[in-house]
Amino acid sequence: MSFNYIGLIKAAVLNGTPLLFGTSGEILTEKSGNLNLGVEGLMFMGGAFGLCGAFVYDNIAGDSAVGFIAVAIAFICAFLAGVLGSLIFSFLTVTLRANQNVTGLALTIFGTGVGQFVGELMRLKVGGNVSVSNSLKSAFSGAVFPKAMQKIPVLGEILFSYNFFVYIGVVIVVLMWWFMNHTRKGLYLRAVGESPSTADAAGINVTRCRYIATCLGGGISALGGMVHTMTIAGCVWNHNALAGEGWVAVALVIFCLWRPLNAIWGSILFGGLLILYLRLPLAFLPTQIYKIVPYIATAVVLVIVSMRRRREDQPPESLGLNYFREER
Amino acid sequence: MNEKTPLIHISKRENADKRMIWCIRLAAFIVALLLSCLIFMAAGANPAEAYKTLITGALGKKSGIKQVVKTATPLLGAAIALAPCFKMKFWNIGAEGQITVGAMAAAFFAINFGKNWNSGLLLPVMGIAAMLMGAFWAGLPAIFKAKWKTNETLFTLMLNYIAIGIVGWLQGGPWEGKQGSQVIPNFAPAAVLPKVFGVHCGWIIVLLLVAFIFVYMNYTKHGYEISVLGESENTARYAGMNVTKITVRTACLSGAICGLVGFMVSSGANQTLYADVADGVGFTAITVAWLAQLNPFAMILISLLFGVLSKGASSMQTGLAIPSSVSSIIKGLLLFCLLGCEFFINYKLSLRHSEEKNSTTSKTEKAAAAQRADSDNNNAGKEV
Repeated sequence: MSFNYIGLIKAAVLNGTPLLFGTSGEILTEKSGNLNLGVEGLMFMGGAFGLCGAFVYDNIAGDSAVGFIAVAIAFICAFLAGVLGSLIFSFLTVTLRANQNVTGLALTIFGTGVGQFVGELMRLKVGGNVSVSNSLKSAFSGAVFPKAMQKIPVLGEILFSYNFFVYIGVVIVVLMWWFMNHTRKGLYLRAVGESPSTADAAGINVTRCRYIATCLGGGISALGGMVHTMTIAGCVWNHNALAGEGWVAVALVIFCLWRPLNAIWGSILFGGLLILYLRLPLAFLPTQIYKIVPYIATAVVLVIVSMRRRREDQPPESLGLNYFREER
Repeated sequence: MNEKTPLIHISKRENADKRMIWCIRLAAFIVALLLSCLIFMAAGANPAEAYKTLITGALGKKSGIKQVVKTATPLLGAAIALAPCFKMKFWNIGAEGQITVGAMAAAFFAINFGKNWNSGLLLPVMGIAAMLMGAFWAGLPAIFKAKWKTNETLFTLMLNYIAIGIVGWLQGGPWEGKQGSQVIPNFAPAAVLPKVFGVHCGWIIVLLLVAFIFVYMNYTKHGYEISVLGESENTARYAGMNVTKITVRTACLSGAICGLVGFMVSSGANQTLYADVADGVGFTAITVAWLAQLNPFAMILISLLFGVLSKGASSMQTGLAIPSSVSSIIKGLLLFCLLGCEFFINYKLSLRHSEEKNSTTSKTEKAAAAQRADSDNNNAGKEV
C-alpha cells in the first residue's frame, strides 16, 4: 500500500494556513494580556467581508478585474473587519473594564452573526450562490512560485506549490517572533502581558499597548477567515464553513505555548489532523475521534505545562485580567 | 498637582442609588435597540415593522410563546449552573461540553433501557446519570486547577470539543440507528419528559433550580465560602477554608446542573441525541449569567429576552426576508451595550473643566484651599 505523504503534507499546509493566521493574531493579543475569545467571530467577519470586497470589485471591474487587486481588496477588507471587531473588544475591556471572557463570547456571537448576515445578504442580492469569477479564484488559490521551482522533486511540491497566503502567513509569524523577542517594543508588549502594574510603573502605556496589540491581532485573525473562504471554500460563502475554526485557533495558541514560531508547525499539524481522517482512514479509529485528537493534545499540553511549572512555558501572567491603575 | 490632570477624571462611585443604575441600564438597552435599527435598515427593512414582526412573531401566538419558553429553558438552566462558578471566579466556559456529556449519559439509559423500564424509574435514573457525568466533566478541570493551577478557561474550552466529538462518534457509530443514517433513533416514550402546558416539564425543574441556587448562594455556608473564595483566595485560606475542596465541589455542582440541562434538552426537546445538542447554549448562558450579575431572578428575564429574540428573528426571516442571523447581531449589540454600561454604574466621570469651576467659585482662598485639601483626602481615601 503506497500512501501519498506529499499530498497529505500539502493538504495539511493548506488547511492549516487559516489557523496560522488565526493563531498568530491571537498570540499577539494574548501576549498583551487580553484573552480575546472572539476569534471565532473575527474569522467569520473576516471571511464574509473579504469575500464581499472581492465580490464587489469583481462586479464593478467586470472582465478587466486584476487578480492582484482583488486579493489586496479582500485582504484589506478582512483586516479592517477584524480591527473593527477587536476595537469593540478593546474598548469594552480596556477602557470600560468589562470582563474579558464575557466580552469575547459576545464578540463571537456578534461576529458570527455579522458574518452570516453579510453572507446571506449577498446571497439574497445576487439571488443564488455568491461566487467570484474563475480568473479571480485562481488569483487567490493559484501557486505563486514559477513552474520550474515547483518541479523540483519532493521539495518543490512541499515548499513552493502553495498560494500567496501561505507565505504571507509565515512571514507574519516570523516578523512577529522577531518583534516580540528582539525589539524593545516587543519587550514592552510582553511586560504588559505579564505584569501590567510593573510595566505601568516603568512608564509603558498599558492602555495603548493593549489596544494596538489587540486590534492588530484581531485583524490578523480575521485574515484567517478570509483565507479559508477564498482558498479552501473556493470563494463561496457557506453558512457554517468557518464554524469551529476560530476555536481551533484559540486551542492552538495554547498548544504553541504562546510562541509565534511554534504556530507554523502547530498549524500544519492541526490542519493535518483535522483532515487526516479523509486521507488515512484507520479501521480502529473512527473519524469523529480523529477530529478531537487536536483538542485532546491541547488539553494534555495544558496540563503538562502547568504541572512542570517551567516559567517560560506559562501563559502570560495577567492573561484575561483587566488592569485598573487605581486598584493595584 | 493640578498641572497635568487628565481631561476626564474617573473615580469609583460609592453606593450609587438604585434608580440611576436602572436608568443607565435602560439607556444602554435603548442604545442597543437603536443600533439594531441600523442593521434592519442595512437589510432593507423598515425598523418599526421589523420590531413589530419580532414581537408578534415571538409573543403573538401560543406556539410562539411555547417556542420562546423552550429556547429559554436550557439557557436559564445553564446560566443558573454557572452562577456559583463565576461567583468563585472559576471561569467555567465548559457548560457546552457539560450539557453534551449530560445528554450523552441520559441517552445511554434511554437507548438501552427505554423499552424495558417504566418512565417512573427511567427518567430519574437518566437525570442522575446526566448529573454525575456533568459533574465529572466539570470536576476534572477543577481538580487540575486546584492542584496545579491549570488554566480552567482553556481546559474547559477543550473539554467542550472533546465532548461534542465523542457524541458525534456515538451518533455515527455504536449508537447509530439505521446503518449509515448517522442518526440515533428517537427515544422510547418512557424516556421522554412529560409536557406541562405544552412545553416539556424542564421549565419547572429549571425554575426550582433558580430558587435552589438563590438560597444556596445567599443563605448557606457553602454559598458564603464560594463568595469568600471568589473575593480572595488568600483570605479563604487564612480563614481555614479548604480551597481545593470548595473549588472542586462548586465546579461539580455547576457541571451537575449543566448535565441535568443536557438531560432535559435531549429527553424533553429533541427526544434523541446528536452532537449539536448544546447548540451554543453553554456559551450564550455565560453571557446571560454575566448580564444578570449572577442574580438568578434576573437570569429568568434575560433568558426569556434571548428566547424572544431567537424566535422573533426566525419569523422575521420568513416574514420580511431578513436573515435570521440578525438575532445574533442584536444579542451581540445588547451584550456590548450592557457590558459597557456597567462601567458608568461603577465609576463616575467628571470633567477637569467642572472641577476648576468649583474651585474658582468659592469665595475666600481659605475656603478653596480647605476644599482642595478635602477633595485630596477623599481621593486618597478612594485610591487605597
